[in-house]
Amino acid sequence: MTKRLMRGSHVLGEAAVRAGCRYYFGYPITPQNEVPEYMSGRLLEVGGTFVQAESEVASINMVMGAAMAGARVMTTSSSPGVSLKQEGISYLAGLELPAVIANMMRGGPGLGNIAPAQGDYFQATRGGGHGDYRCIVLAPASCQELCDLTLRAFDLADKYRNPVMILGDGMMGQMMEPVEFPEPIDPASLPAKDWTLTGAAGRPQRTILSLLLDPKVLEAHNYKLTRKYDAITRAEQDWETYLCDDARLVVVAFGTAARIAKGAIKRVREMGVKVGLFRPKTLWPFPYQPLAELARDTRHLLAFEMNSGQMVEDVRLAAAGQGEVYFYGRPGGVIPTPDEVAHQISHYYYGAGLDQAAAVAHRA
Amino acid sequence: MKKIFSKPQSLKPTVMHYCPGCGHSIIHRLVAEAIDQLGIRERTIGVPPAGCAVLAYNYFDVDMGEAPHGRALAVATGLKRVQPDKVVFTYQGDGDIAAIGTAETIHAANRGEKLTAIFVNNGTYGMTGGQMAPTTLVGMGSTTTPQGRNPDRDGTPLDLTQMLAVAKGSVYLERVAVNSPKNIKRAAAAIKKAFQVQLDGLGFALVEVLSMCPTNWKMEPVKSLEWIDQTMTQVFPLGVIKDLTGYDSKGETA
Repeated sequence: MTKRLMRGSHVLGEAAVRAGCRYYFGYPITPQNEVPEYMSGRLLEVGGTFVQAESEVASINMVMGAAMAGARVMTTSSSPGVSLKQEGISYLAGLELPAVIANMMRGGPGLGNIAPAQGDYFQATRGGGHGDYRCIVLAPASCQELCDLTLRAFDLADKYRNPVMILGDGMMGQMMEPVEFPEPIDPASLPAKDWTLTGAAGRPQRTILSLLLDPKVLEAHNYKLTRKYDAITRAEQDWETYLCDDARLVVVAFGTAARIAKGAIKRVREMGVKVGLFRPKTLWPFPYQPLAELARDTRHLLAFEMNSGQMVEDVRLAAAGQGEVYFYGRPGGVIPTPDEVAHQISHYYYGAGLDQAAAVAHRA
Repeated sequence: MKKIFSKPQSLKPTVMHYCPGCGHSIIHRLVAEAIDQLGIRERTIGVPPAGCAVLAYNYFDVDMGEAPHGRALAVATGLKRVQPDKVVFTYQGDGDIAAIGTAETIHAANRGEKLTAIFVNNGTYGMTGGQMAPTTLVGMGSTTTPQGRNPDRDGTPLDLTQMLAVAKGSVYLERVAVNSPKNIKRAAAAIKKAFQVQLDGLGFALVEVLSMCPTNWKMEPVKSLEWIDQTMTQVFPLGVIKDLTGYDSKGETA
């Protein structure tokens, strides 16, 4: 297996193709235009289908139709476009259709700007569309992980018959890194689905519906979804810890912010500051339990995000009052430097007296 | 004894929920008959709308996948692109196809998607209780135009099917009605032809069906039949709007 130097947007596309995705429906929006551009050519090579839709609304509904037909299918966009897809995502969840949606986030609200940001955390993890539902949300922090998590996204979507969102940002789409791709999956080798709309030949009619007018029936459907979400929560949490063993303060960050935080942690570690990183790779389900253990052990968590404070709410839920939860964020597409984050870490670390042995006596 | 009339195979033996005098049940039957006659029931997939026909999957005995309001032709595009050998049709009302779904409709036609769209035009939002539709006639009352549709405030009825004629990908567009045996016969032929266009891979086909809504028109059923002839067809004249099929006049393949 050889490494290829590729930009993130192309990695996303190539990984999707290798996952057996042969259908892509999208609409241009910066900073992710390289994904539809890549897919328009790449899908030709593998006999797939690329459609540039008239809108994000249309593209997510084309995804819905392709998913009903049983295909592995993807659409990608960036923040304002993902807002437009939310109606369709709610339907995908209600109809229990597998699909992969990538959001390469940019600054908002509104038209915002085209710089990398993380302001769509709430939208991704709390629904975004209407109704009681959950999207599995994966947050890669490197091109290699973007590849790995894209492959995983298709598997999870099929396994749970649920939409899966890859939450990246403009930075991740643009940066180039070496990536090792797995061998491609032949879509024909994937397990057959027994619920797809293929024409009622030799079997009774099938329907795929989300209209359930009887409240008792819809309630039962909601409970069924809830049981599925519970199963996902138990089985699919994923996270990385970095230098947490002796840490007296733990930075919590995802995606690009986590990479910046890592650089900052390396810097302050050289000065003897005992700080680690907790990086959720699944934003939903959020890994509450492992973070709760770190909160219990360190009593000092610093949530760092490229927004005004969204994931910090999950960090507080995890900490559940065990110690302090600090927040540092830069919204609007500003990319903080590792030095800047290092300064924040030092501020909270020394401010809480964590350089004093007594301050961490509870760990003994 | 020879059986000369029976329920189409593609229609389930179920009582429909439609109001007395509504045209949907007739149109359902015509669509089912076309599917039966072409022998495509086992490879047909339908996409119902949000609107009065939202429960169409309870009536058609073919695979059916539900679309969000107005998005039927985008969902159908996904279904058809994955399975080009299948027959995919949408069944949409005027609010669905000509208001909230206008963009999806125009672009499906413009891409020449090999789809069959059945567009039921009754000039009202029936399911939600009779609000103004894009096709509501000027002066026509509705729950949101209590003094009648006022062009200055509400605009004028949108002729979606004419608009679609401009799109290069649309191959066959016809407006029919189901208010008389003669018109129903014509509608049956048009609907069958719209499926044939898809089977022959020619491009996008749509049949607009003028249909009665006595409940929301607040008219006796018989009066509503007459109203289509006397008033509605003045704004939405019946006939072929575009035909690039090259079929002969009987709707058969040339």
